[in-house]
Amino acid sequence: MVVFLLRRALAAVPVVFSVVLLVFLSLHLAPGDPVEFIVGPDTPFNLDREAYLDQVREQYGLDKPLHEQFLTYLAGLARLDFGQSFRTNADIFEELVPRYAATIELALFAFMLTLSIGIPLGILSALRPNSWLDSLVTTTGLVGVSLPSFWLGLLLMLLFSLELGWFPPSGRPASALTAEGLPFVVLPGLTLALGAAALVMRLTRSQMLEVLGEDFVRTARAKGLHERTVVLGHAFRNALIPVVTVMGLQFGGLLAGTVVVETVFAFPGVGRYLIQAVNNRDFPAVQSGVLFVSLTFVTVNFLVDALYATIDPRIRYD
Amino acid sequence: MNQRSFLRRFTRRTFSNPMSAFAFITVVLLLVVALIGPSLAPFDPLKPDFRRIAEPPSADHWLGTDQNGRDILSRIIHGTRISVSIGVAAVVLGLALGTTVGLAAGYFGGRVDTVLMRAIDVLLAFPGILLAILIISIFGSSVANIVVALAVFSVPTFARVSRSSALTLRTLEYVQAGRALGGSSLRVLLRHVLPNAMAPVVVYGTLRCATAILGGAALSFLGLGVSPPTPEWGLMVSQGREIMRSAPHVMVFPGLAIFVTVLAVNLLGDVLRDVMDPRTRT
Repeated sequence: MVVFLLRRALAAVPVVFSVVLLVFLSLHLAPGDPVEFIVGPDTPFNLDREAYLDQVREQYGLDKPLHEQFLTYLAGLARLDFGQSFRTNADIFEELVPRYAATIELALFAFMLTLSIGIPLGILSALRPNSWLDSLVTTTGLVGVSLPSFWLGLLLMLLFSLELGWFPPSGRPASALTAEGLPFVVLPGLTLALGAAALVMRLTRSQMLEVLGEDFVRTARAKGLHERTVVLGHAFRNALIPVVTVMGLQFGGLLAGTVVVETVFAFPGVGRYLIQAVNNRDFPAVQSGVLFVSLTFVTVNFLVDALYATIDPRIRYD
Repeated sequence: MNQRSFLRRFTRRTFSNPMSAFAFITVVLLLVVALIGPSLAPFDPLKPDFRRIAEPPSADHWLGTDQNGRDILSRIIHGTRISVSIGVAAVVLGLALGTTVGLAAGYFGGRVDTVLMRAIDVLLAFPGILLAILIISIFGSSVANIVVALAVFSVPTFARVSRSSALTLRTLEYVQAGRALGGSSLRVLLRHVLPNAMAPVVVYGTLRCATAILGGAALSFLGLGVSPPTPEWGLMVSQGREIMRSAPHVMVFPGLAIFVTVLAVNLLGDVLRDVMDPRTRT
């Protein structure tokens, strides 16, 4: 198991390196001079344009050769130094940490909702194929993947906070782990979860249907095992493997989805920070936001692989 | 696959089920509206009327008017062309790039495969529309850049799907016969591998169209896509949210247009999958 995990971790290294390289180079892919790109058309009123450009060029080390810039960037990342925001001069890492906590809370909350909606409904509809429950689940699944999350979020906000007043419409005064903060994560979490739950539901259903037709399930039934043991102990465990893979990808989808949902609910996470940074033309902040979310996603995929190997020992010996 | 039997199966499958019949008709309607829509619109989608701001649906404005007194129905009709063409163009571009990469990787194997698929893995490390956001923040928001950004986001899917087809196909006798007869790699790929790898690619293409339409609308909603006053569905939802409480219809109808479009395209993708993939055929 340890060897397997080490091998997987090693395999992730080039991916992480390439992601960092791509994010670093993105500034230089922009048309024209990278300094002009960071600064944009405006110059502070008391400065000469050229002098100002030189100053920014030096501040971001853009006067150095490219490979040197990249090494400085890597060394910075190793010290958790993501550089400074161009607009506020704030330390980007310090700005990102509390927002990152908010985003992870939101994504985890949505993830738990996804599983607790998706898996039971998927199993139930597979047990009664072509029943009313099955068609309801299938239809809901299709609707769930087709709803634009920003629109769903606004509809939920309109109904549950503006009309019924059950949940606050936006913001995040405290962590979702506190009684004060919990209500604020419900609507954004639900918005994120519905689309993902639809996918998990469809997949659990189709995997269960496949597994329930297998010989070992018939054997288990023939042995006279309780139906619940057959379904959960024998069938579900074997249907789980593809579901776990998709759940890992879904978590990435949820992370990316937070960008939209946080904007809808004015939820102060990395996604909203990212969009604000794009709109303020604060490119160093954009780069760091993208890097943060992508590296989280790579880490999650690694954890999924580990989970995978625990569920199905055969995978370790590939 | 025989052309006639494909059409017959497609028609039978489509009209045997009310949902898929709905999907087929909706998609045809959407394409018609996207093509000739502007002449169907009852009002000018850009002309404000400040005496009739945010009015609810009425006899002359069927879906009401928006925050500037513009006719929502006309704006949705005009927006069809934008949303549909962004979705289709992004998928066509992503399909072309992804299938080229995937077929080459699967057919040549070895080092070509390793290099190409590692590059695809890097793209996959950026979840969802994140890479699209990065691309747009670099190159600026224009329709062309949205299409490119969404296409890049589709490339990995097409690459993986076509690679796995190519891996199977290259061992088949007729492909090997093509090689044995002295056909160049390019010729074998284009004449023998590509046509037979297309079925799953087309199915994924249809499903990706739905994703791309959603992605394009989301980017515009976030203010990274098409700029106002263009009648784009995602942008209309974003503008409608400010007066959502007093005039919910301004936000609801454009969102409904996105939802119905994406739902219909997804359903059609499912029908195509059932018809084209013999394994899932029931």
